[in-house]
Amino acid sequence: MKHLIAAGILVVLVTVGLIFGMGQIRLLPVAASAQAQPIDYMFNLEFIVIVFLFSLIVVMMVYSIVVFRRKRGDTTDAKHVEGNTRLEVVWTAIPLMTVLAFAYLGSWSLGETTRADPKPLEVNVIAAQWVWRFEYPTLGIVSNELRLPVDKQVLLHLWSTDVIHSFWVPEFRVKQDALPDGGELTRDLRITPNRIGEYKVRCAELCGLKHSFMESPVIVMAQADFDAWVAEQTGESADPVERGQKWYTTYGCNACHSLDGTPGVGPSWKGIYGEQVKFTDGTSSVVDDNYLYESIRNPALKIVQGYQNLMPANVAVDLTDDKINDIIRFIESLK
Amino acid sequence: MTETTHDTIKTPGVFSISFVRGTLFMIPALLIGMGIVSGVRLLMGLPAWNPNAAWTLGALFGTIAFMYGAGTLNDWLKLANGEDIPEHPQAARYKGIARYFSISFDHKVIGVQYAFTSLVLFLIAGLFALIFRTELAFPGLQFLKENATIVGMNGLNFYNTIMSLHGIVMIGATLLGVGAMSNYLVPLMIGANDMAFPRLNAFAFWLNVPAAIWLVSTLFLGGFDTGWTGYPPLSQLAPLGMQLFFLGVYFIGLSSILGSLNIIVTIVKLRASGMNYFRMPIFVWTAFATAIIGVSATQLIGLAFQLVMFERLFGMGFFTPSEGGNPILFQHLFWFYSHPAVYVFILTGLGVISELLPVFSRKPLFGYRWVALSSFAIAIVGFLVWAHHMFTSGMEAYLRVPFMYSTLLVAVPTGVKFFSWVATIWEGKLSFETPMLFVLGAISIFLLGGLSGPPNGVVSTDLHVQDTYWIVGHFHATLFGGFVFPFFAAIYYWFPKFTGRMYNERLGKMHFYLMLPAFYLQSLGQMQVGLLGMRRRIADYDPALGIDTTQLLITIAGYLIGISVLIALYNFVLSARRGEVAVANPWRSRSPEWQIASPAPEHNYDEPFEVVGEPYDYGLEGSVYINMHPGRPAPGVAPLSAEPAAAD
Repeated sequence: MKHLIAAGILVVLVTVGLIFGMGQIRLLPVAASAQAQPIDYMFNLEFIVIVFLFSLIVVMMVYSIVVFRRKRGDTTDAKHVEGNTRLEVVWTAIPLMTVLAFAYLGSWSLGETTRADPKPLEVNVIAAQWVWRFEYPTLGIVSNELRLPVDKQVLLHLWSTDVIHSFWVPEFRVKQDALPDGGELTRDLRITPNRIGEYKVRCAELCGLKHSFMESPVIVMAQADFDAWVAEQTGESADPVERGQKWYTTYGCNACHSLDGTPGVGPSWKGIYGEQVKFTDGTSSVVDDNYLYESIRNPALKIVQGYQNLMPANVAVDLTDDKINDIIRFIESLK
Repeated sequence: MTETTHDTIKTPGVFSISFVRGTLFMIPALLIGMGIVSGVRLLMGLPAWNPNAAWTLGALFGTIAFMYGAGTLNDWLKLANGEDIPEHPQAARYKGIARYFSISFDHKVIGVQYAFTSLVLFLIAGLFALIFRTELAFPGLQFLKENATIVGMNGLNFYNTIMSLHGIVMIGATLLGVGAMSNYLVPLMIGANDMAFPRLNAFAFWLNVPAAIWLVSTLFLGGFDTGWTGYPPLSQLAPLGMQLFFLGVYFIGLSSILGSLNIIVTIVKLRASGMNYFRMPIFVWTAFATAIIGVSATQLIGLAFQLVMFERLFGMGFFTPSEGGNPILFQHLFWFYSHPAVYVFILTGLGVISELLPVFSRKPLFGYRWVALSSFAIAIVGFLVWAHHMFTSGMEAYLRVPFMYSTLLVAVPTGVKFFSWVATIWEGKLSFETPMLFVLGAISIFLLGGLSGPPNGVVSTDLHVQDTYWIVGHFHATLFGGFVFPFFAAIYYWFPKFTGRMYNERLGKMHFYLMLPAFYLQSLGQMQVGLLGMRRRIADYDPALGIDTTQLLITIAGYLIGISVLIALYNFVLSARRGEVAVANPWRSRSPEWQIASPAPEHNYDEPFEVVGEPYDYGLEGSVYINMHPGRPAPGVAPLSAEPAAAD
């Protein structure tokens, strides 16, 4: 009995010590959304229970290791104790009730994170290898940055144009996969940002070669700043080159084609307009409007020597001919 | 007792060793398979060379040829021809190490073959880990850059490939390690002379060799970039390596099913007289539960991978939305196996813990029946939790809460094990030889793994930790505590049984005292960076996350674990050759395998023993577990018949 009391006191001391210690190290990023609150509440509760149970078992073990070691030369056995059904029932029942309580609280907190505001801002999140695109259908904006007004719920509709991706901003805590092709497989995620600042959306589902770098800025702004940004975005430039430059990032061409001559997954665009290029099938062509249009609409048709057929076949489904023309004018401008 | 002598012991020529013969048969068969595909394509008017199709049939032919060349099919072919085969077949009776590279039907040899292959795969997968841990030691790409070329791949592709291979090769190594323990120990512990189906046992083992070859070959066939999970559509678009990955896993899965079937039949049919289920050594219970999972869940991953192979070969759109398929379906099929598989990896390890604690504490296993049944409870509940891997996947939202409840329920039988273990050592008489150290280390690490589970099992916190390094830390702790540490404990503990010699205690302790703290550092570090925003499976991370120092520490810890494993391997090789000759029962265990000579004789027990008591009655005056000579009365037990004891 005295051993149990001594070990019990040690369990309490170690638990308190570890909880204090964990308070001293950084465990979670800042919380920047309303959804983060119930989630962090659950995290804290879980951490406390984890620390207690870890201390309970490890302290009892270490206590046994120190106190119940066999004396040198002692070949006798210990006291014959086969078990204790009452104890077994206790340590089956208590954990059972604990996990049921956790499951209940887990359901409650999940419910909190999906609570819907009546008039959220809707944004389509379109993921592709290895870029994010954000469409604001009510505002007519397409962007590669997710800009959000603070303290207003945003309802994200997520889908992907190729493989599975996953939308995760660690500071918002919540995460949702984007599935190919949209339609029935479009998935929703609600976030209410509540802290002004710059964050990043980081693709959390392995999506191939450049998965590590599939990150885009997420900027939470005051409502007035957001309105100013909307006004600036909706005024479209009259210059096709400027528009083309915008589509270059908006539609993710920049993931594979550089503007400074460095070869990437695909050829750089610098100075290619008007040049002669050779293809893997031995033919060649001058880079002109027709060739560029064809390469965007049907990338697999001609592959430039030294490169592989990696450009997604459906890369241009969301591009109108006008936009492709803007992009061609932009390429032409890159001398 | 004299050692069993073989009638023919010869030194084999190189080409009669099964491993060499199998490999030699494999290469022409591979080419024939490829040729057939190309020929058929030519006849159909298609371009002759289609790497996916050619390699698939080639690898299939190659595997069959390997199995034939290695000699696993010989007896069956003879039976089919109506020829006689020997009652106790011993295909090759070679001296020394060649025995282990050749086909044998002896479960003990097969057990050692499993263990050896497992350790080789561990080294390969560990090497992959050290390569990418070196890359991850600092932010920014160090040497796996996009413009670097390694085995024909650019740096990032190479990173994705070895990261994926690390996962699947480690899983293969773990399955083989579990196979090693079950094969070696189950027949010995239940008093059988071999497994129920010795030829099937050899077949199941040898199937892993071509499977491992296909897995590692992916490295030279364009790699694959999907992780071991192989989710489509990514896996459908991946390079040729993907197809060989699927085939490799397919064969390992087939081996696992056949091995499990063998274990189940062996346990049900071949137990010694008097050994009812609740008098089996506790390890046998866990091997039993493991085999039931293996035989009933493995088909699902095979099916899932086969469907993706068909997508790649024939354009069938099972998982492609534009063709009416659904990528979530794959994840359900995949996890229906791959979650229970985790219990395949750990249950036998937990069995080793329960088996060794009473021996080193000189006390009965606390609550034997509860511990035994908790393994079955874990196995059964384990079938109902798979979708907790998919809380953020976009599956039907209403499935999330029920799967949270079932997932958290696993904690209850697992808790029973922990409490019973602590109660076993409480007020015992503990000694701390290397196997016991590894068992105690295993408990603490498995505890860390288990306790880091609820944040993933509770949906709301999983929304944050899913697909992060928290998960990586969690499952490494689970597998190190549930498999790696117990596996090493088992190797040290039964080392005298299969070599007849003792391991080196000092090197064993060095291994332990290096590996345990290094592992804690690695696992806790992984959990912390995960919570702070480090995603799984990435080649580079954002320095803005403020996790550089921890990343460096994780890498250092990884190297320390690598060094500790090298110390262990050095110990095993050294001790097997020159270790101190072991006494018959160095641990004073009551278990049957320690009541016979070491190394164990070829047919284990020269006469069947009888179980007359409980397995773990340490400290009970005059108690006996087994009577090795049932013809004679056991000491302290009333004679079974009035006949006088036979003289020696």
